[in-house]
Amino acid sequence: MATLVSHPDEARVISKRFGQGATDIERYLQLDGYKAVQKALAMQPDDIINEVKNSGLRGRGGAGFSTGMKWSFVPKQSAKPKYVLCNGDESEPGTCKDRLIFEHDPHGVIEGAMIAALAVGSHTAYIYIRGEYRYLSVIMQKAIKDAYAKGFLGKNIFGSGYDLDVYWHGGAGAYEVGEESALMESLEGKRGIPRIRPPFPAVVGLWGGPTVINNAETLAAVPHIILGGADWYAKLGTPKNGGTRMFCLAGHLNKPGVYELPMGYNLKKMIYEVGGGIPNGRSLKAVVPGGSSTPILLPEEIDIPMDFDSVAKAGSMLGSGGVVVLDDTTCIVKFALRTIKFYQHESCGWCIPCREGTDWLKKTLTRFHAGAGVTKDIDNIYYLAENMLGKTFCPLGDAAAMPTMAFVKKFRKEFEDHLDGKPCPFEKTGTAVPVMA
Amino acid sequence: MKFSDEFEARFTEMLTHYPTRRSALVPTLLYAQDEVGNLSDEVIAELAQRLDLTELEVRNVISYYSMLTTKPRGKYNVQVCTNIACMLRGGEELLGHCKKKLGIGHKGTTPDGLFSLEEVECIGACSWAPAAQVNYDFHENLTSAKMDQILDEYKKKGTQ
Repeated sequence: MATLVSHPDEARVISKRFGQGATDIERYLQLDGYKAVQKALAMQPDDIINEVKNSGLRGRGGAGFSTGMKWSFVPKQSAKPKYVLCNGDESEPGTCKDRLIFEHDPHGVIEGAMIAALAVGSHTAYIYIRGEYRYLSVIMQKAIKDAYAKGFLGKNIFGSGYDLDVYWHGGAGAYEVGEESALMESLEGKRGIPRIRPPFPAVVGLWGGPTVINNAETLAAVPHIILGGADWYAKLGTPKNGGTRMFCLAGHLNKPGVYELPMGYNLKKMIYEVGGGIPNGRSLKAVVPGGSSTPILLPEEIDIPMDFDSVAKAGSMLGSGGVVVLDDTTCIVKFALRTIKFYQHESCGWCIPCREGTDWLKKTLTRFHAGAGVTKDIDNIYYLAENMLGKTFCPLGDAAAMPTMAFVKKFRKEFEDHLDGKPCPFEKTGTAVPVMA
Repeated sequence: MKFSDEFEARFTEMLTHYPTRRSALVPTLLYAQDEVGNLSDEVIAELAQRLDLTELEVRNVISYYSMLTTKPRGKYNVQVCTNIACMLRGGEELLGHCKKKLGIGHKGTTPDGLFSLEEVECIGACSWAPAAQVNYDFHENLTSAKMDQILDEYKKKGTQ
């Protein structure tokens, strides 16, 4: 449904089967489908883990933790059943990549989840898809059914003697459920309130059993790593940042879209060449490099490789791959307000710093943007955010705090321009006519 | 209470997916809402009984998830995203346009029960912004004119 785009610099691994009809299991099989899981069935679990470790694959949900390492934390012996949980609750503003993966390559996610299950000795995997993506749940349910019909899932898969069930699960609208412990709560039929850690899910997860939780894009990469080899995959990216990344280019760009580029692709090039630059003859004001929770970057900060370590070095995060571009007509105060409005809406209220912090920030920024701000507000906004950082059970508090601090730090002058009852100098933010018809 | 055969088949199957009955709750609530229109007292009582939960436990879960509602909505729920990526490309203007066209505000329903309107958070259409969902259907790269056309089509469909 969503429009596909392409660019010569793309390195298509995960998106290799996009637009090829691979939702159909026969077509998927023609396109090397279910070969990787058969290869994995002949491997020792530790060899699968090592292969994934050596590939440099890091969590595509945003945290960028080594996938192989995560798998290795699952205890070999467990009295309780072990589980694999695919996180397809994609809801970080700016991010729309998992949607395309589910839409075009659902079997790729199933196969990735199967390999993860083999690696950690689990016999049950769940694929959690956000409630808004109903059409993708339908696609996934059919894909799973077809895989069962072929004998790829269920008892004795591929005649190996290994039993493996894969199930889909649907959400009902909640950003916070994308956080791993809240995701498990939701799957267990509860409110998505985060759990305190330790114990980590790898030891005590779903229904108390050891659980591996991976983002859909992460799992979709796994079959390609098993077939192509860790070295091949690692070399696609930069040191310690293996492979490719689905970058969702959004905002003020001539050619927005989801592009699969090598990890470490230059951000400036991504904006001006892949994304086609800024429309309407405007100039670049700032970039949110990895979804709304990542600190904003100024034009002079974007000549960087887009991998986890380089973006962290630049003071932000690679995050979930949502690159949101702002042109010079954008009001940062308004942008900050909209960002905080989101986090205030999504805060579950479990941790007081997040519940109160996001609410006060929203109130302050609303008043501030409306022209009733006082000088002291600017430091207060920063102070409120700073006092949420690292003080909550789940990273939602951090996700609200980090960008807010960056907005104040990097655009203090613009906040000051809103003082003394002056009208917003950027009256037109967000009312720009869409550049694509 | 009576749900469709499809609902019952899915529900029965889902219960076999998990070690606890409660685990089927969230997706089941959404499917029940799709059939009934909202999570009425009757639906809540029925699902609580089926999943060995108290009605209060079910209500607690409902209040957490933004897609779930105990109040009836219009036949077509128009959900306009105004989050950052959509905002930059006219999402707020689009929402304003819908408010005017439908004559209702955020979470309002038209008197004929055909449409309701909601300002929603990111729906995962950032690269095709601004975007909206009508029930589960995505509509992307929208303009006010395009939105008019879409709403007119739903209106035609809904009054046939």
